[in-house]
Amino acid sequence: MSITLEKSANQTKKEAAMSTSSLINPSMESMMSETKPKPIIEIDNVDFYYGASKALHGISLNIEPKKVTAFIGPSGCGKSTLLRCINRMNDLVDVARVGAGQFRISGVDIYHPSVDVIELRKRVGMVFQKSNPFPKSIYENIVYGLRIQGVSDKKVLDEVVEKSLRGAALWEEVKDRLHDSALGLSGGQMQRICIARAIAVEPEIILMDEPCSALDPIATAKVEELIHELKNKFTIVIVTHNMQQAGRCSDQTAFFYLGKLIEMDNTEKIFTNPKQQQTEDYITGRFG
Amino acid sequence: MTHAFSIRPTKAKTVQTTAFWIMRGMTYTIVVLATLIFGTIFWKGGSTVFQTSYPFVNTSFILDRPETLHVATSEGKKLQMGDKEWRAYGEKNPDAVIEDHKTYVYSAGGIFPCIVGTVLLVLGSMTIALILGVMSAVYLSEYSKHGLFIEWVRISIANLAGVPSIVFGLFGYGIFVIFFGWNVSLLSGWFTLAFMVLPVIITSSEEAMRAVPQGFREGSLALGATKWQTIVGNVLPYALPGILTSSVLSISRVAGETAPIMFTAAYVVRDELPWEVNKFSDFFFQGVQALPYHIYVVSSKIPQNEYTARVQWGGAFVFLVVVLAIAMTSMVLRSKMRKKYRW
Repeated sequence: MSITLEKSANQTKKEAAMSTSSLINPSMESMMSETKPKPIIEIDNVDFYYGASKALHGISLNIEPKKVTAFIGPSGCGKSTLLRCINRMNDLVDVARVGAGQFRISGVDIYHPSVDVIELRKRVGMVFQKSNPFPKSIYENIVYGLRIQGVSDKKVLDEVVEKSLRGAALWEEVKDRLHDSALGLSGGQMQRICIARAIAVEPEIILMDEPCSALDPIATAKVEELIHELKNKFTIVIVTHNMQQAGRCSDQTAFFYLGKLIEMDNTEKIFTNPKQQQTEDYITGRFG
Repeated sequence: MTHAFSIRPTKAKTVQTTAFWIMRGMTYTIVVLATLIFGTIFWKGGSTVFQTSYPFVNTSFILDRPETLHVATSEGKKLQMGDKEWRAYGEKNPDAVIEDHKTYVYSAGGIFPCIVGTVLLVLGSMTIALILGVMSAVYLSEYSKHGLFIEWVRISIANLAGVPSIVFGLFGYGIFVIFFGWNVSLLSGWFTLAFMVLPVIITSSEEAMRAVPQGFREGSLALGATKWQTIVGNVLPYALPGILTSSVLSISRVAGETAPIMFTAAYVVRDELPWEVNKFSDFFFQGVQALPYHIYVVSSKIPQNEYTARVQWGGAFVFLVVVLAIAMTSMVLRSKMRKKYRW
């Protein structure tokens, strides 16, 4: 295990170097520009169905590594559906299926029959709208992902718990009660436990499905701060209802409406100078 | 003083009051009936099971095997004793003149083999029913996809719940006793009883599993767990209290049903206790005495008289206590689990 940890640490360093290089060449061009770093997630002309009803219409977008990408749009616009396609959480819904198009992560089509969905989800973590810590101790929540991979060395687990909780800015708050139930924590702490649980398995990508919708402003601010720090190590895709939140913590923003991608661009640009009238209307609060 | 809101009788109020009292009356009737039933059993059975002198419990009734009661008159003295005692008396007083000698079958001794048999039947059949039932429930609630086949499975389960217990008895007799050649045995009884409560266990286990928030499953799967790891680690443990609740009901049913075991597992009388077997495998292929069947036999299959009543009521009393004890155990287990996993 320690070997894998070391290896992934090396990887992280390499990726960090990559992302600094991308910062040196900031590009104000559109997403598809060639000067951009190679996208980690490529969504290519995707149609998605729930039974007979089409939920996503020909979505194409690219997500860059070590960036925060926000999906915004009114309820029912398909942003959560799209997010849940990225780690194939939609597989759980009997009638859901991808009708056309491809999702590629690091160039691999994740809906190809040769893809092991377990391996995919180890590398693409998820934080849910309703925080869902397991009714176990804080410690057991964090190590759950490792335990199911068969790690049982107490020293490794202890290390990961501390590292993950520090990573989720929660260590100082809970270090004295690691073996108490995670359900005794506040709403914001529970959500950060879920984030810590997700980063404990060292994914490359973290998907967040409205992670702050049930939190008060102070807890929200803490999670947003955390997102800001996490993007040094992870690629983050966040679905949010809260446009200020998208504005505050994302680098790229995609606006969806009725299952279609209306516009995607740098967050600053979307919020100050959107190309589409619909985007402007939504952002200025004229509908949605 | 009258004002805008003073109380005045209306038809609606009269109807409400009447309806309320009728419903209240019905509810109280149920309480009265339950008290009557339990009261009678406790009162009449208590006089068999308890005694006024130390150790206050009639240990012979609890711990002895059923015996024939001998009633006779000898030299003006009325004798009333169990079979063993009677033989000993005969050896000790070979010259005693015995008059009016009457015997009453099963009216002396105790019901120990029946208690043991019932406990064994409950433990075995609940184990089988829980294993089969929980596995089916896991499949139905976690793995199966909606479709015609699953609809059929569900309809079959629902229909199974409506089958009369005597039909289960005949089924068990046909399959286990005759076709499998297990004879009248614990094993035949276990499976027959297990099949009888299976629908209840499946349905309620499935409900208990559906009651586990979807978030726990998603959280686990999103961390790269397999479906199986998710079910074992994050669904079943939280569903167990609910599954145990349903098994409490099933325990009383398994312990109480007479019809399914009368062809498959129950003996009217048997001299050996279940653990008095020659080799281990014989344990599973022996018939046992069981409380409900014993009560049935002493209440309707032998001539009734003042001596049989003692065994009937005493048996019923002990029966209630045994069922209560098993049910209480699983309730304690359940509350312990609830405390461990609370969400």
